[in-house]
Amino acid sequence: MADISSNFLGIKSPNPFWLASAPPTDKKINVLRAFEAGWGGVVWKTLGSQVKNVSSRYSAVNFGAKKMMGFNNIELISDRPLHINLKEIEECLKLFPDRAMIVSLMADNDRESWHELIKKVEDTGAHGFELNFGCPHGMTERGMGAAVGQDPEVAKMVVEWVMEAATIPVITKLTPNVHSVVPTGKAVVEAGTNALSLINTIQSVTGIDLDTLVPNPYVAGKSVFGGYCGPAVKPIALKMLTTIAQNPITSKVPVSGIGGVSTWKDAVEFMLLGASNVQVCTAAMNHGFRIVEDMIEGMNNWMDEKGFKTLNDFIGKSVEKITHWEDLDINYHHIAHINQDKCIHCGLCYIACEDTSHQSINLEYGKPYNKYTIKEQECVGCNLCQLVCPVNDCITMVEHRVAPEYLNWIEFQKKGMPLNDH
Amino acid sequence: MIEANRLSQVQYAENFSDIHPPFETKDAALVEANRCLFCYDAPCMKSCPTSIDVPKFIKQIATENVKGSAHTIFSSNIMGAGCSKVCPVEKLCEGACVYNFMEEEPISIARLQRYSTEKAMSANWQLFKRKESTGKKVAIVGAGPAGLSCAHVLSREGIDVTIFEKENKGGGLMTYGIAAYKVTPQFCEAEVNYILGIGGIEIKYEQELGKNISLTDLQKEYDAVYLAIGVGLARQLEIPGEELEGVEDAIKFIYDIRDKGFDKVAVGDKVAVIGMGMTAIDAATQAKRLGAKEVTMLYRRTKEEMPCTQHELDIAMLDGCEIIWLASPKEIKGVDGKVNEIICSIMKLGEPDASGRRSPVDTGETFSLVVNMVIKAAGQMPFEALVDEFKIQNSKGKINITDSATNIPGVFAGGDCVNGGKEVVDAVQAGKDGAKAILDFINKNQNH
Repeated sequence: MADISSNFLGIKSPNPFWLASAPPTDKKINVLRAFEAGWGGVVWKTLGSQVKNVSSRYSAVNFGAKKMMGFNNIELISDRPLHINLKEIEECLKLFPDRAMIVSLMADNDRESWHELIKKVEDTGAHGFELNFGCPHGMTERGMGAAVGQDPEVAKMVVEWVMEAATIPVITKLTPNVHSVVPTGKAVVEAGTNALSLINTIQSVTGIDLDTLVPNPYVAGKSVFGGYCGPAVKPIALKMLTTIAQNPITSKVPVSGIGGVSTWKDAVEFMLLGASNVQVCTAAMNHGFRIVEDMIEGMNNWMDEKGFKTLNDFIGKSVEKITHWEDLDINYHHIAHINQDKCIHCGLCYIACEDTSHQSINLEYGKPYNKYTIKEQECVGCNLCQLVCPVNDCITMVEHRVAPEYLNWIEFQKKGMPLNDH
Repeated sequence: MIEANRLSQVQYAENFSDIHPPFETKDAALVEANRCLFCYDAPCMKSCPTSIDVPKFIKQIATENVKGSAHTIFSSNIMGAGCSKVCPVEKLCEGACVYNFMEEEPISIARLQRYSTEKAMSANWQLFKRKESTGKKVAIVGAGPAGLSCAHVLSREGIDVTIFEKENKGGGLMTYGIAAYKVTPQFCEAEVNYILGIGGIEIKYEQELGKNISLTDLQKEYDAVYLAIGVGLARQLEIPGEELEGVEDAIKFIYDIRDKGFDKVAVGDKVAVIGMGMTAIDAATQAKRLGAKEVTMLYRRTKEEMPCTQHELDIAMLDGCEIIWLASPKEIKGVDGKVNEIICSIMKLGEPDASGRRSPVDTGETFSLVVNMVIKAAGQMPFEALVDEFKIQNSKGKINITDSATNIPGVFAGGDCVNGGKEVVDAVQAGKDGAKAILDFINKNQNH
């Protein structure tokens, strides 16, 4: 059995699965249930400024029969009295001393407020802070949340205030509602943050009720932009994570990966791209805390199969595999192949290629079953047919190199080789 | 003993309840609709005699465009609602579903089709608009699936259609010839009314060709005539004892259940059903469901050659019907003019016959069964004498056509009277083909 225990800035947890700062972590009853279910740690829902929530708060994007492919919320930071939160944090720490307890903070925008809040929370015995510079709704209008994270100078200033007071590790959570997460990431690393976490939610409109014409979520005939999360945002989160992992300054600090993590596979992917651990919210809100059981077992089994003994054996392993386009090997070529024994004759490969790609699939008419074969000379190796095929391993991409040697775009140009030749 | 009213109304209701229940909820339909792969040039569509664009109508259910879904179905098959209940889908669309290759359950195409079409019927969505009347008139003989399908296409094109129907209800075999647990008389009536909702189609009931109407008169009064008279005469066994009380035609037995009601149809304690087609299955299962104690199906060939589908055979077997293969009725015996025994020859399979199936050969041995009712479902015969009378070219009564046209100019034909008896869905397609041929004919005449 592999060892999946995690050490993030000295904060230890039995596994790398934390619950993100969100409704599932806003009070003792939820957090105790999460720890009982096996979660390695929690980031307690953001404490700080005084707020008032509205009803309703959530909406979702469904895709086909799958519900909650994407999810959004317009809930604010914790709306419970600070002293109750602090008391409950302390109680949870006593009951589960082996789990990570991080507290998310968003104070009013002045040094004193931050210092005061940090002092109070440290008294609970919490292991670390996460600075909420990402919340895209409700708080930004008041100069907090994403309003801080979107401006590297402001973010840097707040982190400096925090570092003056904090005696436990500080993680700064980045907003994705920027053209790049790197400038703010660099600014806060330079200001001394001990770690980064990303991404927070993405501003969004999930849909509109076609009877009332009011977008979701509905609040008395109106709606607002909500923070988007869930499986739909994972690819965006992975991209932003990679930019942090590849930057020489931001890559110096550990990163906690967030954004659509639903399974052990998602978690492994975040960690391969440099996250030291992951935070989960939507998947738990969709299915409950029990999902962590398979996350633990699945990661463990995968590590055993791959021969990884600890998390550090694979964290960051895929970072260098994402390169610049001009470094890609132009001499690499592969061609689709359809396994006729597996083909179910659905024609999805054919129509996708014929209508939208390179007309590289031949249709031999049959009643009722057509036969589909690849026109190898025409195939550009785009993968579309393989992606739409409903049968596993029916369409495979077979390597047919143009030439044995590596050739990138720059050298290709230098050699004056033909362009637009397809 | 043969008697009616064997069961309580509650038992009848239970025994004849819908065998293919609809989706209980929209959610259930959506789960199934979303399972569809949306195949291109889909095998299901190519296996439907009316070429319903199955992936399209299912996709439309998934996008909650149920009206569009119903339109897609009815555009190809105006009896799409009835067909969703009576089609042998296991050998048509669902049998061709690509999921079968994945050893997965095929998409419940019929059930999804029922979902959309029932909604359309109950809300009375009239999805087709009749063009302004052209003043052209077409007579159709027979208000069964072929006749109604032909009428609907013609009416859409502005033709004024009159249908002559010998019964007092429309729907043909859909109304009179199919087991009551598949479609109810109320449904059949609603379906006919829904089809007529387009306007421009009048049905004259209790008008029988050769009795109160003549082909010559129709030819005179109308621009074209479409014969959709079906088949009707039950094939006789031509064995001794066929005249005994208790020997009945399956068609009449099924008709009576639909026409008179469950408690009015007499059934024996011990029933033998001759044949293994869809009609034989419908007769056997319904005899059992009316309260017969023992029902035995006798078929002169084996399971390999049976005309019904495995699915239909399963229904009969689950109903507790006994099956005896390679049994050919030789003689029916009776006491006091009433059936009490059937003697069968034991057959074996010989060389393939004209149908390509191995033909049954008498072994010379026999066995006997004690029965008090024999239901004959050995096939139906076309109206040979009738079509001969009108000098319509035919093959043993089956009307010969070329592109729906008979040898008599202006007289077209389709459905069971041409093919000898196939599925409802085949008749619907024949009606569409007939309408197309009639429209071409009328246009050509107009241009001359």
